Amino acid sequence: MNGHPAGSPCSRRQFLRGGARLLAVTGVGGLAGVLATRASAQTTRWQIDPAKCVRCGNCATKCVLKQSAVKCVHAFAMCGYCQLCTGYFEPEPNALTTAAENQLCPTNAIKRTYIEDPYYEYTIDEELCIGCAKCVEGCSRFGNGSLFLQIRHDRCVNCNECAIARNCPADAISRTPVGHPYRLKTEGH
Amino acid sequence: MVRRALFLLGSGLALTAGAASRFPPPDFEGGHQLPVTTTPAPRELTLEYLDAAVLLATLALATWLVYRPRSRRGLAVLSVFSLAYFGFYRKGCVCAIGAVQNIALGLFDRSYAIPLTVLVFFLAPIVVALFFGRTFCAAVCPQGAIQDLVLVKPLKVPLWLEHGLGVIPFLFLGAGVIFAATGSAFLICRFDPFVPFFRLSGSLSLLTLGAAFLVAGMFIGRPYCRFFCPYGALLRLAALAAKWRVRVTPDVCTQCRLCEHACPFGAMRNPTPTGLALETPAVERKRLSWLLLLLPVLIAGGALAGYRLAPAAAQLHPTVALAEFHLANLKSPATFPPMTPEALSLERAAADPETLLASARVIRQRATLACWLLGGWVGLVILLKLVALSVRVTRTDFEPDRGACVACARCFISCPNERVRLGLPPEPGLAVAGPVPAAAGTGGA
Repeated sequence: MNGHPAGSPCSRRQFLRGGARLLAVTGVGGLAGVLATRASAQTTRWQIDPAKCVRCGNCATKCVLKQSAVKCVHAFAMCGYCQLCTGYFEPEPNALTTAAENQLCPTNAIKRTYIEDPYYEYTIDEELCIGCAKCVEGCSRFGNGSLFLQIRHDRCVNCNECAIARNCPADAISRTPVGHPYRLKTEGH
Repeated sequence: MVRRALFLLGSGLALTAGAASRFPPPDFEGGHQLPVTTTPAPRELTLEYLDAAVLLATLALATWLVYRPRSRRGLAVLSVFSLAYFGFYRKGCVCAIGAVQNIALGLFDRSYAIPLTVLVFFLAPIVVALFFGRTFCAAVCPQGAIQDLVLVKPLKVPLWLEHGLGVIPFLFLGAGVIFAATGSAFLICRFDPFVPFFRLSGSLSLLTLGAAFLVAGMFIGRPYCRFFCPYGALLRLAALAAKWRVRVTPDVCTQCRLCEHACPFGAMRNPTPTGLALETPAVERKRLSWLLLLLPVLIAGGALAGYRLAPAAAQLHPTVALAEFHLANLKSPATFPPMTPEALSLERAAADPETLLASARVIRQRATLACWLLGGWVGLVILLKLVALSVRVTRTDFEPDRGACVACARCFISCPNERVRLGLPPEPGLAVAGPVPAAAGTGGA
């Protein structure tokens, strides 16, 4: 740079640049090599562990999506098909009807269908469900616990850092292999 | 389904119910079939490989467009595609900017396996930048594309401000890497201003931030890319060592100065003035040695500041935050309504405080070390910037700064030689091509 014959600084710059590039390519290559040994084709997805979930209601509000990707799902095999469903009705409801004032669900997302005396089936309308866990709380506290929250992967955008996981008081959300992206409750649970 | 078969098999038997099964599942006389719990599948793995393939293809296409047809229009079309695909269709995830953090986490946390697509998104633009400059920024990055497309009337940012703010991306990069490596937070993702737009949903504060960036971007070219983007900082370094570079002229620079104001991103650099008396090497050497003497001071100062900030920074880790909350609550118990997140977290903390506090201590130590390093990094970056500014660079032509140029191809058309190459008439309103700087700056768009 300073006091060199004309033409020389240029070639020195080129030399330095070439050297830096070589170094960088080697470095990037090395990094790629190291990372490739740890990388995996098996990517991960976020999921709630229903055994850890404390039904706090954060799932409804903390998701980056405006309608949360967390929905209530129903393990029908665990359900008692109760007429007085504690996941569906407010405590001490006026009447066992589908009237709004009797329901726990703030969005009327649970459909109650008569099957046969005295059994009723409860299904979740995911378009309406906001993942607030009010029904999950009712069902877990007083019922069979067949309602539980899961991240629905047709909605989840798989953020690098799950905003709900960051705020979960129970640390119930973690990455699961993409091959088993749900943690469903089963009968023996 | 297995579960269903299991149910049919077991429905006749007395259910070996756990404590949860207070109401035994019924035997339906009408033979009611239980519905199956649906499990919508996540996105196919092949589609993720498609993302990587699209990245490589757009990267190659952008590089070709910059170097061969030198086509701004082509790049604009490609920008729209990238914005639509990586932005609105893929919702800004996976992106190269955020991939830095996955790499950092993957390097330090052995239990975290980096997805292969993320690895490709991190490496491919850097490798391309090492040979061709920042063609990734030109038309592949959706964050860059959205800012590029809203640009209306670029104002010139003074060079001193440009250099000063240009330090921020390196600091942001350092912070992003440190916090990801300690498992505390993915800061770069959390404060990405454009992803909420891509998702068409997000918190009000982030949407406002994004809107502010877009409005500012109408008058200041690519404000996020130039003054915040941490991945841009990496690409800037890579582009400094690039083998080939973007040149305004396809031929020889005639020093006509028509391109002087053609760059909306403040990357154009003028030739070194010849008339002025240059500083003697002795003066420059002295300044450089002063700066080098300053090196330990700056690094130590930064490290000390980092050490001071460490307790606050460690709080970003959820475990540390919970431990702090638990301890604070022990000191002055507050009552939270039952079933609130606060009450439930305290319950979890109280269940096993020893393990929680022990792991919080480990994380805190790690965070302290990380903050030392981050502080040192801040000092180093500032010093290197000062050194870079004090080193004399001799330019004979008008040319884009290697690191700052995002290869958007806007300046090409301002060059009379380029117009000759394309067979275009001289710039409208410019009867004779000559040193008329005032008329310049209308090219591009």
